[in-house]
Amino acid sequence: MIKTIIIDDEPLARMIVKEYLQSYSSEIEIVAECSDGFEGIKAIQQHHPDLIFLDIQMPKINGFEMLELVETPPAVIFTTAFDEYAIKAFENHAVDYLLKPFNKERFDKSLRKWIDNRPAIPTTTNTEALLETAAESPSQQQRIVVKTGGKIKIIPIEDIHYLEAADDYVKIHTHGGAFLKNRTMSYFEKNLDPNQFVRTHRSYILNIQQVTRIDPYEKDSHLCILQSGAQVPVSKAGYVKLKSVLGL
Amino acid sequence: MAKAPLATGKFLLIFLSWWAIWAFLQISLLVGFGLSFSAALTDSLVSNTLVALCCAFISNNMQYYLPKKERYWYILFISLGLSGIILLACKAILVPLLNDKAPSGGAAAFDYAAFFSKSWAVRYDIVFLQVGCMSILSVLWYSSEEEQENRQRRNDAERLSKEAELFKLRQQLAPHFLFNSLNSISALIGSQPEQARKMIQQLSDFLRNNLRKEEQQWVLLSEELQYLELYLDIEKVRFGHRLSTEVSCEAGCMACKLPPMLLQPIVENAIKFGLYDTTDSVCISIKARVEGSYVRIDVQNPFDPETSRPKKGTGFGLTSIQRRLYLLFARPDLLETKVENNLFTTTVKIPQQP
Repeated sequence: MIKTIIIDDEPLARMIVKEYLQSYSSEIEIVAECSDGFEGIKAIQQHHPDLIFLDIQMPKINGFEMLELVETPPAVIFTTAFDEYAIKAFENHAVDYLLKPFNKERFDKSLRKWIDNRPAIPTTTNTEALLETAAESPSQQQRIVVKTGGKIKIIPIEDIHYLEAADDYVKIHTHGGAFLKNRTMSYFEKNLDPNQFVRTHRSYILNIQQVTRIDPYEKDSHLCILQSGAQVPVSKAGYVKLKSVLGL
Repeated sequence: MAKAPLATGKFLLIFLSWWAIWAFLQISLLVGFGLSFSAALTDSLVSNTLVALCCAFISNNMQYYLPKKERYWYILFISLGLSGIILLACKAILVPLLNDKAPSGGAAAFDYAAFFSKSWAVRYDIVFLQVGCMSILSVLWYSSEEEQENRQRRNDAERLSKEAELFKLRQQLAPHFLFNSLNSISALIGSQPEQARKMIQQLSDFLRNNLRKEEQQWVLLSEELQYLELYLDIEKVRFGHRLSTEVSCEAGCMACKLPPMLLQPIVENAIKFGLYDTTDSVCISIKARVEGSYVRIDVQNPFDPETSRPKKGTGFGLTSIQRRLYLLFARPDLLETKVENNLFTTTVKIPQQP
């Protein structure tokens, strides 16, 4: 039996997926219905579904951000009404998606395709690439979603003091403490606003609004003192970049 | 193309009067110099008619070629040249005509040819002044016409682009809303066909209203609130019990007028902002009241100050409203936003025409 979860914030949108799934009752079982991403994550951890139907635009965290936080994401059929960025991401990564409103034929086609190819599709690699593309949408550039001790934390970009490389992760230092995110430094360097965030060092990106002082350190290098008192190293090349962004 | 001044009756009359005055003055002058009246009349008529033709020619032709500012010295040369031609023509016509004529009243024969050669410098002066004045007047006339035309064209262009921009700003119907509503209808058709039919009706009314509105026709607040009610009802079907609304309106407001489709995007923004920033149920409140010569409308939605930072001034998709208000009233201060605990308030003030 295939286990599935429907995640959509609109009750009627969940209802229509449920209705279309009735003809599959011998193969597919709906184990949960969720109305936002937080419920979605919990349900996925609890039920380990094979397939989820996932809406993009949802309260607090969108469908992509929810997937980012799931450790082993299941196969996904995305459902969305209209979202240029999401659709661009789907097309770039050849991911199947349903545009609302969709009819039974279209729904059957997607689901059949997935059922027939099931063992052949490795989900995780594709999902990661998809999420990277999806993260380019303007709404997702306003915040970073992290998981900390089973809780989900949404960090508005303005709250970031600085980022620090930490092995395979990036440590995000904020007013409310530090959080780990499994992304690369170059990912953040590319996606954060270059007028606000500067990579001052191979392992550091800092929010220039937090800078209070720049002190000379050893030969050719500097130290940036932040409002929080934190000291961030600045390399020779980083110092040039920092000066040009600060307009010095 | 600017109209030639001589093509209008008023200017033609002035022109002809001037011609008559000049002709009369020249006759008296020539008689004073000893010419017989008939000779003076012929001389005056011929030379002044030539000058008049030349002036008409200048005035007419400057509508096709107007020297630019840095080429104003052309006018001087044209005037000098034309004056010379006129004088030569005068000489060619008048000398053979008047020279051998028998002097009237038995006076001594008057040597007209000698008189003409003696007076040519003065004649040239006068003709040059006349032609020069006409050229300068024509240049001034056509430049000011051109300037006026340019201004008119600029105004027209500005008005058109303003209208186009306003049109575009009004037409931004959220596709997300439309497709999600259609999806809800699709879901209702199976289980609650009556409800589905009702929602189709609401959606059609909403769209029809959306298409019909014209910028210039202000609408009553009461009508706009009815229209808003349609929109809110559709959203309530979509989001179920999560969305509730409170609309309150002072009695005096209902007759107030406002530009069409101004309130709906503000409420849409509040709903989007409220519904997508919290997972709890959301109450949107809309309050209208009269404040001096304005009608003031407050739209309030909850949000989570922990996770979103409303930008200073007007963030959150209100820029297009701000722009529209600016285009309509040339004032940047009619839209304000305020953050209080976990409530976000958008205030819009519409000046009322007395």
